[in-house]
Amino acid sequence: MTRSMRIGLFLAGAAGVGFLLVWGVLDLPTFGHYAGPYGDIVSKLTEPQRHIANAVTAIVFDYRGFDTMGEELILFSAASAVAMLFRETREADTKDIVDAVRADAVNGLGVLAAIVTLLLAFDVVAHGFVTPGGGFQGGVVFAAAFVFVYFTCEYHAYLRLATTKFAEPLESFGAGSFVGLGMIAFAFGLAFMGNFIDYGVTGRIRSGGSAALVNWSSALAVAGGFMVIFSEYLKDNMAARYGRTKKVVQ
Amino acid sequence: MIPLQSVAILFVALGALCVVLARDLVRQALLLSIYGFSLVVLFVVFQAPDVALSALVVSGIAYPVVLVGAIARVAAIRKRRPR
Repeated sequence: MTRSMRIGLFLAGAAGVGFLLVWGVLDLPTFGHYAGPYGDIVSKLTEPQRHIANAVTAIVFDYRGFDTMGEELILFSAASAVAMLFRETREADTKDIVDAVRADAVNGLGVLAAIVTLLLAFDVVAHGFVTPGGGFQGGVVFAAAFVFVYFTCEYHAYLRLATTKFAEPLESFGAGSFVGLGMIAFAFGLAFMGNFIDYGVTGRIRSGGSAALVNWSSALAVAGGFMVIFSEYLKDNMAARYGRTKKVVQ
Repeated sequence: MIPLQSVAILFVALGALCVVLARDLVRQALLLSIYGFSLVVLFVVFQAPDVALSALVVSGIAYPVVLVGAIARVAAIRKRRPR
């Protein structure tokens, strides 16, 4: 393809996209004038109906819990795919690599950051129905705490803490209990993911009924999933840096 | 639109432009992380703290770790097989 042809193709495409964009933007409601009734209804109903102060998590784990289950399983399959993609390098291949940060200040600050991040993760998950946060955010924060250990201390220490023996069951248990909680509702004669315990008091950690349990199970699944993804990437990265890869990808 | 919101939008636009214009891969990954932080500010300014929290961790830690790992992997392979 010649240069002029490519430029012509680009100009035609850009003109089409530009036209659609301008056409769409011209018909938007004015800034700050939300027209859909759904958000207004939900923000008025979550408190009296579900005893949940945070309307966003009320949608994610209660009203649209089924959709969130799908997202949860997407993350589950993504983590499984990453693990499968990097199956060539085994944990045993990288176990003897010494990759330590030799600065006490960095080590100490890193461990402190990891502990604070871990506490923050529990806080974000536990108060998901009270303040901004919830299972997904808290789960990612939880997994990120372990990355601090890798960055500031040692690969060994990271391997020992975020071992796949811990992360994989965590992920599977989280994803399984999400679906399981939905099915327990059947035993109470309710629809899938219906609420089967009392709603609690708005503003307390145990508010929202069984959606609070769904929140925690999604936190486990997300934390485990991200830990698996991080571990696989770091393991492969260490193997590549220290020449431990068995086969060079062509 | 309050001035703070316009400033946040401006920063996001500038950040995105920087990411696209960067040629070096590692530099691009770092810029992408900074661009992610400008998105976090945008979400906070537009009163979406839930989204801001996820964006903070994903664009601040998760995405750069995966990206830099992949870049290092490719660099290691290139070093072994000089073209």
